[in-house]
Amino acid sequence: MSRRLRPLARILLAREEGETPDAIERESTRLRVEEMRDKARFRAEGRLVVLALLFLCAFMAVGGRMTLMAASEPEEPRSAISASRIAAQRADIVDRRGRILATNLVTHSLYAHPPQMVDPARAVQELVTIFPDLDRERLVRDFTGSRKFLWIKKKISPEQRQQVHDIGEPGLLFGPREMRLYPNGRLAAHVLGGYGFGREGVHAAEVIGTAGVERAFDEFLRDPAEQGKPLQLSIDLTVQAAVERVLQGGMQMMNAKGAAAVLLDAGSGEVIALASLPDFDPNDRPVPLLKGDQSESPLFNRAVQGVYELGSTFKIFTVAQAMELGLVGTDTMVDAQAPLVWGRYRIKEWNNRNYGPELSVRDVIVKSSNIGTANIALMIGEGRQREFFAELGLLEASPIELFEAPGARPLVPARWSEIVSITTSYGHGMSASPIHLAAAYASVVNGGELIAPTILKRRSAPPGARIISPEVSAQVTELLGEVVQRGTATMARVSGYRVGGKTGTADKPRPGGGYYQDRVIATFASVFPVGDPKYVLVVSLDEPVETSGSKPRRTAGWTAAPVAAEIIRRTAPILGLRPEIELSLNDG
Amino acid sequence: MRPLLCTLSVLGVIGLAFWAYQENYRTRSALGRLEQLQREVGHLMEVRAVLRAEWAYLNRPDRLQELAELNFSELGLFPLLPEQFGHVDQIAFPPPPPQKTAALTGPNQGSVSGKGVVE
Repeated sequence: MSRRLRPLARILLAREEGETPDAIERESTRLRVEEMRDKARFRAEGRLVVLALLFLCAFMAVGGRMTLMAASEPEEPRSAISASRIAAQRADIVDRRGRILATNLVTHSLYAHPPQMVDPARAVQELVTIFPDLDRERLVRDFTGSRKFLWIKKKISPEQRQQVHDIGEPGLLFGPREMRLYPNGRLAAHVLGGYGFGREGVHAAEVIGTAGVERAFDEFLRDPAEQGKPLQLSIDLTVQAAVERVLQGGMQMMNAKGAAAVLLDAGSGEVIALASLPDFDPNDRPVPLLKGDQSESPLFNRAVQGVYELGSTFKIFTVAQAMELGLVGTDTMVDAQAPLVWGRYRIKEWNNRNYGPELSVRDVIVKSSNIGTANIALMIGEGRQREFFAELGLLEASPIELFEAPGARPLVPARWSEIVSITTSYGHGMSASPIHLAAAYASVVNGGELIAPTILKRRSAPPGARIISPEVSAQVTELLGEVVQRGTATMARVSGYRVGGKTGTADKPRPGGGYYQDRVIATFASVFPVGDPKYVLVVSLDEPVETSGSKPRRTAGWTAAPVAAEIIRRTAPILGLRPEIELSLNDG
Repeated sequence: MRPLLCTLSVLGVIGLAFWAYQENYRTRSALGRLEQLQREVGHLMEVRAVLRAEWAYLNRPDRLQELAELNFSELGLFPLLPEQFGHVDQIAFPPPPPQKTAALTGPNQGSVSGKGVVE
């Protein structure tokens, strides 16, 4: 009723204007219906939007979750230890054939919470019986004092843990602790270095390298992204053991106070064995010397850090360069009249001999003539000589990846004058380490390509820069072979293998200046087999004396050469070199 | 029609809720099992590390050398040396043992196989 009455005003108005009220009525109904339809459509649209939003949210949630799952690291199996934040398993170190050189073991650390202790006096008593090295008074003071926490032992064995557990003292607690284990003990100690604990917590401690490859590759070994991939060294465990054993025996027989040996693959520069004596046990690394001569410490790596004058072993570089430059051939005669007077210096041969007036280049090397070499060096000239030494890497720290290597720079005279050129030609006046010498020899004999010594196993050696031509390299290797056949190193002959090498005996410098008369560094740099040089071995003995004769003998030919020969005899078959049987039959 | 739809949807919701409840528990138990497995794998890895270390320790060259020296009378082991290599020509051919084969196989078979070898 009211609906009909509502448009009454408009009906009356319409009647006045002569229009039909029914049409108006229809018109208003139409409008109303249209309005309702619009409203309904709007509501439906709203619902659709809400629904679309819901779907969007759902899909985004699913998509987001998928992205997260795709981007996240896979969850690794974990032990109680590595659940904590500090500890990430340190990677193993293995030799070139995958045998373990360093690995990890989980042990326990022992710490105390004195406030939780029931009977501190008894705990101290029991602890001292288990660990005799503990200080009783100090423990009593710590346990009864105001300390809330103290470490007792950083590493204990499972048996000791059980014993401490059996004390039954609630204030004594254990934390898991990863420790580094070198199962081979002293073997390759200087290569591996050692470890220590970094940041320490109750539940874990960081194991960090303190020397050697452990320090040099610390980041790699600790990198969790590598997922425990072992570090593979170029060292061969068996060869290393043989080298160390022979070197130890040789050092004792020659009464030397130290010895070093480097065995290098001449083609790739991989270090197969690197030994320095005296050595140490990396499981129980001694503390470094705080004062005095570091080279007296067993931690000192003579093969890498021992920068010595290497004597006549350098002569081969001078001759190789002169031959490469075309200045001499193997049979060219050079002036060898002793003594050579240069300014106020008088250069003499060893033992005041005289090989003059002339000597062929072949015999300069075979007889190890200082004066012949000096005259060849004068032909080359100091500028070119220095350049050649720099190319061979003898003037820079060795690139080998040991922590100690960058610190051991060769001692080179600041000004490369003519007299320096003369003395360095026969290995005096500049000092380098055995690893430098081995790398330079390898570069000269392997066909003349520069190699960089490395401690890591290489899949393929990158071709190095050419130092000398393959022909000169072969001639130089033959010269080295002759030194062993009929020269200063006849004691380095090995049945079955053709060994080439050069001896070097240098007087040791006094700390105050000048040289000792009766202390030498005897070095023998060798290459084998001569026909196809595969390996370079450098043996260096510190203050050797051979006393079997009437007079003590100190030259490298009597001391270092026989030790090197024995090393080659023992290692060459292990290295897979086939001996020449005919030769051994004749010898036998 | 409408009450039927209502009942059906309520039943559907109940069913889904039951399914979700079960899935929840299954997921939780799977997660628990995963954690347990991971702990087990971690433990086994630790054990393997110990065993590998022990193996390396027992096979260290020093110990092997010592053992070789201790048991020299039985094993007679020397270090590998160049003298131990030989040429094939240096080894004599083993003498043919005809009696032994005859004794092992039957007399008839032995003669047949012997003929075969000779021919």
